[in-house]
Amino acid sequence: MIARKLIEAPDGRGRIFLAILAAAAVLVPCLNLALPPSSALHVPTSAVALWGKYLCYALLALSLDLVWGYCGILSLGHGAFFALGGYAMGMYLMRQIGTRGVYAHPILPDFMVFLNWNELPFFWWGFHWFAYAALMILAVPGALAFVFGWFAFRSRVTGVYLSIITQALTFALMLGFFRNNLGFGGNNGLTDFKDILGFNVQAQATRATLFALSAVALILGYLIAQAVVRSKAGKVLIAIRDAESRTRFIGYRVENYKTFVFTLSAAMAAVAGALYVPQVGIINPSEFAPANSIEYVIWVAVGGRGTLVGAALGAVLVNFAKTTFTTGFLAPYWLFALGALFVLVTIFLPRGILGLIPTTRASAAPNGAAAAGPAAQPAE
Amino acid sequence: MARPAQHTPVEPAVAKPHDITQSLLYLNGVTVSFDGFRAINELSLELAPGEMRAIIGPNGAGKTTMMDIITGKTRPDVGEVLFDRGTIDLATKDEAAIAQLGIGRKFQKPTVFENHTVEDNVLLALKADRTVRGNLFWRPSGDAQRIAETLETIGLSAHRQRLAGSLSHGQKQWLEIGMLIAQDPKLLLVDEPVAGMSDAETMTTAELLKDIAKDHTLIVVEHDMEFVRRLGVKVTVLHEGSVLAEGSIDEVSANERVVEVYLGR
Repeated sequence: MIARKLIEAPDGRGRIFLAILAAAAVLVPCLNLALPPSSALHVPTSAVALWGKYLCYALLALSLDLVWGYCGILSLGHGAFFALGGYAMGMYLMRQIGTRGVYAHPILPDFMVFLNWNELPFFWWGFHWFAYAALMILAVPGALAFVFGWFAFRSRVTGVYLSIITQALTFALMLGFFRNNLGFGGNNGLTDFKDILGFNVQAQATRATLFALSAVALILGYLIAQAVVRSKAGKVLIAIRDAESRTRFIGYRVENYKTFVFTLSAAMAAVAGALYVPQVGIINPSEFAPANSIEYVIWVAVGGRGTLVGAALGAVLVNFAKTTFTTGFLAPYWLFALGALFVLVTIFLPRGILGLIPTTRASAAPNGAAAAGPAAQPAE
Repeated sequence: MARPAQHTPVEPAVAKPHDITQSLLYLNGVTVSFDGFRAINELSLELAPGEMRAIIGPNGAGKTTMMDIITGKTRPDVGEVLFDRGTIDLATKDEAAIAQLGIGRKFQKPTVFENHTVEDNVLLALKADRTVRGNLFWRPSGDAQRIAETLETIGLSAHRQRLAGSLSHGQKQWLEIGMLIAQDPKLLLVDEPVAGMSDAETMTTAELLKDIAKDHTLIVVEHDMEFVRRLGVKVTVLHEGSVLAEGSIDEVSANERVVEVYLGR
């Protein structure tokens, strides 16, 4: 039954989105691995790595859209969940280095040897098993989101106050992870990875596989998010977004719905972070920086809030622009361009880039925003 | 402020049956202060099962605060708020729990879910499982029938696919009343149902409420005296947070103190 829910026909743009992703997941690795570099159709490995990174960002944006676009929870701390997922993956990768590190210690990662630590801290135990690391990738950010949500939503912290405490959450984590004695490599973070599941992380085939996995993760994330927002619970989420106290007076426990969707979203962001780390080869505390989390919100706003597809599109487009603008003579102006983009989109495209494309289905769109116009957009 | 004690109905035709077990809703000595201002002052009120009661009173009389107390939005400082023959203490429960017990509320300002269709608004209100899990794996089963009936009652069948945000003010009021009916509550609290309505709409609404009252218990708060007269039910006049008078509309409008409060001294 769940499986049937997941593959229930998406709307027009959802189908296009899934088709592109599925094609990319198959074609890009093939064109990269099977064709010689001299071929016109060859996809260079650097592009595979770059677009793999974009796909992780797209999944992160999707997770943020789920809470912000559909439930009105403007999280300015989603980078925390992304980074925690990344750190959990990074810990697995560190344990795979083994004796190939600079200090050649069989168990301790280099930075622990450098700090004169003698044994592995308990929270690093088990991370040499991939299955355990995979569990932690979901469990740690999920548990943090659940506990945070439990307290914040039960106390009815909403709107800008909630946004501020999510910022505080990620800022506090950043400060913590900067400290050497917390045991996560401090300022330098975790890097110098060698293997993932026995494959060299730098190898062309591994990169192509990670790209394909990122695309698959994005497809799954989209299908799950879509199943949630299309269910009756999804209608409740939109009701909460638009008229929270009314929803409560009908008898829905708003805090439970918010905690559920926030936790689900955090787990999705964490998966994005876990796939991101082996592709970029490093995770450090700057991923927790509050400014990053704000940037993620911009991606969603640019693409089109409350559309899922738009969030992913926004993440890819903004990051493509970022890559383009931060290399070359335009580099000093990137932040201005980003700021201008946000202002212009907010003023002229309140429904994002996707708002420019008319929906193919005439009947009420599931997100409901189609016919409502900017005036009906919640202002949170 | 020299004011008589709480129970001073001018014409206490029938002494109130001070029997909790006969009342659907029982408020006794309820007081709520905001920053020292007593919004509700030793308010006592009883509502029998099946009754429709109109509540009137000038601005600031405490009508909306009273509804907030009954629905769990505001906690009383002192006093009893009991439901269902005195078996349930509402003062210890929150909004969602009270709604699930069977108390529905329509707000003064119509609040419907503007980005949902009319039928989805009713669907969300329908008496059903309210848990996250139940609604994630929800499948329509017999809901269409109940939604259609509700839309029929409120006369919005032709608009079921429209977004609620595109309805007229009067239609939104009706939709909200429809959402109340869909909850199938034991008690309906209706706050200013005809505010901003045309005369024709007001008349339709009066008929609609009388129809609902056939098998529900209602409290209707309203400013519009003509509307209250048309409902033809027992009226409670609130003033400065307590009951000033109780009786038929003719009785209370003949009451000197009520006239004084409404027209100034």
